[in-house]
Amino acid sequence: MSEDYAPMWKSLGMDLNAHDALLGVLEQGYRDIYLAQKNRPEGMGYFDFVMSEVHGLRIKELLDEKKQNRKIIGSYCVFVPEEIVLAGGATLVGLCSGADFAVEEVEKYLPRNTCSLIKSSFGFKLGRVCPYLESADMIVGENTCDGKKKAYETFAGMVDNLYVMDLPQVKSSQGRALLKEEFERFKTAVEELTGNKITVEALKEGVKVVNAKRAALHRLAILRKADPAPISGLDALLANQVFFYDNPARFTESVNKICDELEVRIKENQGAFPLKTPRILISGCPMAVPNWKLPWIIETSGAVIVGEESCVGERGSRNLTDDSGQSMDELMEAITDRYFKVDCAIFTPNRDRSDHIVEMAKAYGANGVIHYGLQFCQPYIMESIPVENTLEDLGMPCMRIETDYGMEDVGQLKTRVEAFIEQISD
Amino acid sequence: MIYAGIDIGSRSIELVLVENEKVIETRQTDTGFDPISQAKKVMKGVNFDQIMATGYGRNLFEVAYDNASTVTEIKAHAAGVRLEFPEALAILDIGGQDSKSIRLNDQGRVVKFEMNDRCAAGTGKFLEIMAHNLGFSLDEFGPAALAVQKDLQINSMCTVFAESEVTSLIAKGQDRQEIARGLHLSVVKRAVGMLNRVGAQGPIVFSGGVAQNPCMVQMMADALGKEVLVPDNPQMMGALGAAMIMAKKE
Repeated sequence: MSEDYAPMWKSLGMDLNAHDALLGVLEQGYRDIYLAQKNRPEGMGYFDFVMSEVHGLRIKELLDEKKQNRKIIGSYCVFVPEEIVLAGGATLVGLCSGADFAVEEVEKYLPRNTCSLIKSSFGFKLGRVCPYLESADMIVGENTCDGKKKAYETFAGMVDNLYVMDLPQVKSSQGRALLKEEFERFKTAVEELTGNKITVEALKEGVKVVNAKRAALHRLAILRKADPAPISGLDALLANQVFFYDNPARFTESVNKICDELEVRIKENQGAFPLKTPRILISGCPMAVPNWKLPWIIETSGAVIVGEESCVGERGSRNLTDDSGQSMDELMEAITDRYFKVDCAIFTPNRDRSDHIVEMAKAYGANGVIHYGLQFCQPYIMESIPVENTLEDLGMPCMRIETDYGMEDVGQLKTRVEAFIEQISD
Repeated sequence: MIYAGIDIGSRSIELVLVENEKVIETRQTDTGFDPISQAKKVMKGVNFDQIMATGYGRNLFEVAYDNASTVTEIKAHAAGVRLEFPEALAILDIGGQDSKSIRLNDQGRVVKFEMNDRCAAGTGKFLEIMAHNLGFSLDEFGPAALAVQKDLQINSMCTVFAESEVTSLIAKGQDRQEIARGLHLSVVKRAVGMLNRVGAQGPIVFSGGVAQNPCMVQMMADALGKEVLVPDNPQMMGALGAAMIMAKKE
């Protein structure tokens, strides 16, 4: 495949050798982690294809869209409202941040004790290996954690199209007002970028498309309540990851197709894992492609993941946007309402997140929760202690893991995960 | 039926054979550079019906040896310790490469555990390197530290940084026994933190190779203000537990 797309990547100014090496690692990882799984739903074939073409065909599609004068907007966060992007006639894509790359180069710009996710986003830029980033007409940064906030100040010097969105940190009326204002400002920025005036009809359509995408993930999530679990956590995570890259309508259709298949599986008592396999809920930091380390360890140690309380997961996709509004202001209010409910750890206090973890653990029949914190991710690691206490007070076992994208701690993690599975399944 | 438990740790390998809930044989060897051939060596000439492996080499062993089951060190230590101390609710295990604290419920089930992550701070390896730096054999190290009253404060938990800290204390002409005591105290503080994090209740059973160090045991008891119990053969707890779990599984 590198043969066919090389001219395209070159036209994007990418480093072909480094990119080939990256794709080699990605392919190998995908084979070892994904294709090695047993009892996968047939519908996952679509996602296997998407992954095999993640820097190929999908980029070609985006470049074709660009030729038709459609703009591409890249983002690193679930607070960037896709509804508005679509309404402006642009396409939203998630940008690469799930693997270590050009670490030495990155550490010229960022302190060593920066989380892997932020470092990765820099690594993909500095190494010129993210075709999404290089295709984007506008890159949206956002003031979430301190690490990202400050990193965007430096990142602004590396790209010429960074737009930074401010975000509230308190769920107060002032906080909500700030979010609303920022969404209005973003709407204007999208209009300026695309030259399209966003109309009520277009925004309603944007809401509809994004709601359908989320609804498909909600349907998938509900099916995972079954025992035996009809789909592995790895495969469900992949669907949640591809959510950020794929054409929205095609994604929705593909996830719904898998759901149809899973419904049949459930009726026939078929599963990706045997009945009574210990069930784990993962909660914490987002896992961007190809960050599959912890789920892979868990699901090769005798447990199945039944939910992700994560931005790449239920925290990011929970709640639809109310589409009943008839005016621009009503729709913008509805969009603000929907995003203001996202319980990211940058908010203080953030009781909703803790409640959601408990609710999810119960709803999905989890036997235990593994809290996943990226090393140096202060907001989530800080929250992990009260989360653990809350869960344990309710009799729900919880283990806190702190790790990064490196593989050198896999042995240690495997021992801890296996011991946790022994603990919850005895 | 004879059940075997093998604990393939980073520093040593232990083998325990159990028949009718009684230990009938124990063996031990160094792990060296080739854990599987060392494991085979230690198993030479012993007969058993079923074997269960634990320790960091358990998965290697499972691949190399047909019909072996595996269990983590955490569960294995819990089972081994409960055989000797049926009422134990809290375990501290400090081995060569890792340290862990475990809380058990009345039935002896693991309800919470903590493990050190990627570095060797606060483990047997840390003490071994420090003993060497101060010119003590591992056997002399604990008694030498126990023999003095004053402990010099060691701030670094990282083996590498602690080494340079020790070097500078030596250069200042400080007493090496007091430095040794300070090093023990730094490991103790870390272990106390781990025990607190799991909410350890009642007397602490101290297992793993480091439990053979009298200074560690004494200082742990002082720091916790409670009884610290050491099994007769603390290094065997993992292998013993694995054998017992195998026996119960059958």
